[in-house]
Amino acid sequence: MPKTPVTFTLNGAETGIFVDPGLNLLEALRREAGDLSPKFGCGQGTCGACTILINGEPHLSCLTLAVAAQDADISTTGGLAPGADLHPLQQAFADGFAAQCGFCTSGMLMAAKALLDRNPRPTRDEVVEAISGNLCRCTGYDPIVDAILDAAARVQGRVTA
Amino acid sequence: MTEVQTIEQLGAAAQAQGHVLGGGTLLMRQVNYTPHQVPNILRITDPAFRQITRAGRQISIGAGVSMAQIIASSDLDFLAPAARAIGGPAIRSMATVGGNLFAPHPYGDFAVALLALGAQVQWADGRTEDIEAFLASRETSKGVVAAVLIEPPQMDALRFGKVTRTKPKGVSVMSIAVLITGVGRSVQQARVAFGAMGPAPMRSKAAEHALAGATLDATGVAAACAACVSDLAPVNDALASAWYRREVAPIHLRRLLLGEN
Repeated sequence: MPKTPVTFTLNGAETGIFVDPGLNLLEALRREAGDLSPKFGCGQGTCGACTILINGEPHLSCLTLAVAAQDADISTTGGLAPGADLHPLQQAFADGFAAQCGFCTSGMLMAAKALLDRNPRPTRDEVVEAISGNLCRCTGYDPIVDAILDAAARVQGRVTA
Repeated sequence: MTEVQTIEQLGAAAQAQGHVLGGGTLLMRQVNYTPHQVPNILRITDPAFRQITRAGRQISIGAGVSMAQIIASSDLDFLAPAARAIGGPAIRSMATVGGNLFAPHPYGDFAVALLALGAQVQWADGRTEDIEAFLASRETSKGVVAAVLIEPPQMDALRFGKVTRTKPKGVSVMSIAVLITGVGRSVQQARVAFGAMGPAPMRSKAAEHALAGATLDATGVAAACAACVSDLAPVNDALASAWYRREVAPIHLRRLLLGEN
């Protein structure tokens, strides 16, 4: 079956790939676009490890048809900060020991980014809701929630504990 | 995969062969794990498929409208609690109204709210069908759903609740939606719909009958709560047994009716 060309913006860069018609966007990003930051966890929308932003909204890339990403603006963890720099969310996760095995972290970061982009001063309940589609089996959720609140405070220039 | 540019085209193509892609939250699971069961994906690009429009009192919700769009729409604030009950933010960016209408047990919580509202389902060929009849025959129905038509209820007339074992989000043990028309705490008419209590969302007409003329207090709703299970057909699944679901359904209906949630 012939492959289909798909073009989109990936972390600010114009990107073009060829995909099989039924390929999901997660596999397309990892295999064809070379962005390994979104993770494959379950392939059925349960774990959130593959969360990316499409046009600013969180999406599960494993359940997104790759060809549907035509002309989309896609953001992944790989584009959160350039080079060795860390995004405030990444820094807060590191400082707060919010990652252990790290497999969920990419999805958590993008779910959190979607929240903070829309709501820079979230409450704890709003953070919990924002990551309610993301599973972690290492740290428990408190350090993750704390880290997201910490990142929000850092971005706002507020004092953190 | 077939790309379909208009809803009318989609109706014809789907009758030929194929699975319509809504938000992908159900179909893409199949594509990922059992692709041979999805030989042809029909992807619709018609903007009307994803639009919410209002004409007088009637609101048309395109089948491709996402839960996030429902939440963001000022015309649909009465449906926002049901849309918010579905998945996390990423799922809500994707999951569609049309997909929810076909979601198998125990999914489809949004359809429960639509059933309580008495929505009309509009097919791509222009036919409309009462949602109750649609849900009863959805496994064998042919065609493509283009939109859902509703009229907004009185303020606070629609109540929705979802019972899960995990917080803040989980799959439904059951969901309940009740549309009440009346004055103050006096009920004139009610539509009571349950999800995850049968093969598809279903009404409890026994509860509706018992609620007609009742007062919304503990004594007034007792008969409706006791009667509700007679119309339901819950099944055993990994979340709860049918027995458990029957036992707790009256309790959750009472909590919803009395605002105890």
